[in-house]
Amino acid sequence: MSRILKHRLFWPLVILVALLALNLIFTDNFFKIQMKEGHLYGSLIDIVRFGAPLILVSLGMTLVIATSGIDLSVGSVVAIAGALACLRISGLSDQNSVGGVLGAVGLALVLSVVLGAWNGFLVAGIGIQPIIATLILMVAGRGLAQLITDGQITTVNSSPYKLIGGGYWLTLPFGIIIVAVVLALTAFLTRRLALGLLIESVGGNAEASRLAGISARGVLMTVYAFCGLCAGIAGLMISSNVSSADGNNAGLWIELDAILAVVIGGTPLSGGRFSLSGTVLGALIIQTLTTTIYSIGVPPETTLLFKALVVTIVCLIQSPAFRTKVFHRRRRPMTARPAAEEKVRVSA
Amino acid sequence: MAAPAPILRMSGIGKQFPGVKALDGVDFRLLPGEVHALMGENGAGKSTLIKVLTGVYDIDAGEIELEGRPVAFSSPLAAQQAGISTVYQEVNLCTNLSVAENIFIGREPRRLGRIQWKAMRRRAEEILARLDLDIDVSAPLSSYSLALQQMVAIARAVDIDAKVLILDEPTSSLDAGEVAQLFTVMRRLKEQGIAILFVSHFLDQIYEISDRMTILRNGTLVGEYLTSELSQVELIGKMIGRELADLEKLEERPPAGEGAPLVQAEELGRTGAIQPFTLTIHEGEVVGLAGLLGSGRTEIARLLFGADHAGTGSLKIDGEQVSLRTPRSAVARKLAFCSENRRAEGLIPDLTVRENLILALQASRGWTRPIPRRKQDELVDKYIAALNIRPANPDQLIKNLSGGNQQKVLLARWLILEPRLLILDEPTRGIDVGAKTEIQRLVAELSDGGMAVLFISAELEEVLRLSHKVGVLRDRKLVAQMDNEGLTTDTLTETIASGARS
Repeated sequence: MSRILKHRLFWPLVILVALLALNLIFTDNFFKIQMKEGHLYGSLIDIVRFGAPLILVSLGMTLVIATSGIDLSVGSVVAIAGALACLRISGLSDQNSVGGVLGAVGLALVLSVVLGAWNGFLVAGIGIQPIIATLILMVAGRGLAQLITDGQITTVNSSPYKLIGGGYWLTLPFGIIIVAVVLALTAFLTRRLALGLLIESVGGNAEASRLAGISARGVLMTVYAFCGLCAGIAGLMISSNVSSADGNNAGLWIELDAILAVVIGGTPLSGGRFSLSGTVLGALIIQTLTTTIYSIGVPPETTLLFKALVVTIVCLIQSPAFRTKVFHRRRRPMTARPAAEEKVRVSA
Repeated sequence: MAAPAPILRMSGIGKQFPGVKALDGVDFRLLPGEVHALMGENGAGKSTLIKVLTGVYDIDAGEIELEGRPVAFSSPLAAQQAGISTVYQEVNLCTNLSVAENIFIGREPRRLGRIQWKAMRRRAEEILARLDLDIDVSAPLSSYSLALQQMVAIARAVDIDAKVLILDEPTSSLDAGEVAQLFTVMRRLKEQGIAILFVSHFLDQIYEISDRMTILRNGTLVGEYLTSELSQVELIGKMIGRELADLEKLEERPPAGEGAPLVQAEELGRTGAIQPFTLTIHEGEVVGLAGLLGSGRTEIARLLFGADHAGTGSLKIDGEQVSLRTPRSAVARKLAFCSENRRAEGLIPDLTVRENLILALQASRGWTRPIPRRKQDELVDKYIAALNIRPANPDQLIKNLSGGNQQKVLLARWLILEPRLLILDEPTRGIDVGAKTEIQRLVAELSDGGMAVLFISAELEEVLRLSHKVGVLRDRKLVAQMDNEGLTTDTLTETIASGARS
């Protein structure tokens, strides 16, 4: 039992289950999953489906944070990827041609990787602090996205493109499948191959890693490029879901949600050890919270405040330091109280 | 000297750590107005004794009396309030704050909650004047030399009404002029009746400043002596004692056969770090580097390993001209470098012993070729057993191991690669006697097996014991290279002190 309690994913899991249980009180059939026209439907499926872009961005962010870096530009990359893909597709003579859509998607993803590698170059090659280096693209990238879409919202009408964010495959929403594939790929690269060890080593002590013969620069470039790729895929998903690209609002503040998901999942911002499954849990918690806010009917003007409160509580419960403090405080008065009472009696 | 009543008396002090008896029945006393040197090799128990005295550790046995009253300090703060101040080797001040702020940090003169800057600066000047220092107290501490920073630390320590001042290796990063300045200050404090406990590795300094010394060995007391009555040779004999006999057989091992030249540095240098030097290391040869801290020992190692870029000169490995741009390319050529700074440049604290062990091997294979788990277990088990790493649990986080065992893990990290040249920078610093002997023995075995070793250590005895050839450094320059035949610590010390020997 104590081993389960000590597992680092125990508390995130408890929080997720608690949030889901809360929903069950307010919404009947919350856990019900139905099969309609060969597709799975249900609130749980929706949470994963709508949470898919956040999970993707958070996965990339996890690796970046594990190298004791941070990537603030993911939101902008989301916007740019969606904008470029939509621009290309809207320029196609036949928007439903699979080849044309694949080309557009490929181009958008290549650009995302390039943008990520640019971040990596600023961080590892030039040595700018990650928060500043990625801030550049965070601000400039929004402008770039607007430039691509000419400041307009570009809409497309393409069924192959629609599949990415809104379609179904093998009864499941296609987005969930993409997430599963990327997650499996990331886990394979980091845990089956040795990339994870090198990332954790660079994040734990960069200078010692360099002296051990690790090419810290190469690791950092890879990680930032990967983060860019994840953000790019998420961007395609978001724009495909609404069949349009909005350079201003697509992926707005997603970087903050992603950082939050990583932290809730138990990866410290100081770098080192990281947990992919923790991050997925963290992203699901955030998405569930958003769903919960709608389902229990929090007034719109107080949603942000409500969210802030819940996130604060979640982070506190997650923190081992906080838990020991609280448990200690609870224990101490129990032993101290009798003594205090005696004293009162004497003075009286 | 008619002995006044000791201000501090420790008797029968015992301290046990898991698996090690750090102190066993040690007596120690300090008289007011004396400089008392605490002597012993690394791991003899000097730091433990200081930490016990200053309340960092509890004692398991014995008692401490301050001015005749038994005391037990629960924390360094309590010791400080009782009048025992400590200045550590690494200056623990805030270099970004001003001198005055550093002296009064945490106890600034206030009125109505506001800091009285003027009064603070004036009092800081007064305190420094007591030590004959006249510096601008409003300038940031970082604008002064390390020696001055050290003295500000001392000024701060003394101002907290100190009766006992502990200086733990205060001179290790100072040059000769700065040391003289420090000694002037120490003499002044002595006149004011403060008892000074002084720890240093430099024997000459001990003989210059101290009145009395206490020698420890393996956690036990060897004795207390007047400095004027004990010669340096006797002192070293008492410090090393039995251990010397243990290592005698090492000294009798055959000299290195003339191996082929492995690494040849020609006029290799880097501005501001080390003047151009020429050094050849042969296969199976142990080359020792001796010199004071900051004399350029580490810089030579870093240049040979490609950790820093050389500004001048050339480097040949196996007679072939190479340019080592990164440690990675050095590792590819079977060079290995164990840094002196374990914490900053060696350990990955949050990873396990296993991961730390295989790191260099994995790095050289690249991330696409992971080491199979079975191979990992095999390697890790082999080296944990061979180097006697404790606890023998590969999944323990390395930060939870003792310094000596961490050092062994780092050694193993490189030994796995089977390097041709192993560069060891202070591999035995700050680790216990047992681990130290094991590491020394290992170096001897490796070189007998054909590996070349560049061995850097502040302890001259150790360098002499292990090396076939000794290079002497002084003021960032390689001033002499001598074959280790009939060399003694005296000749080495002399060479270090005087520069090149004719």
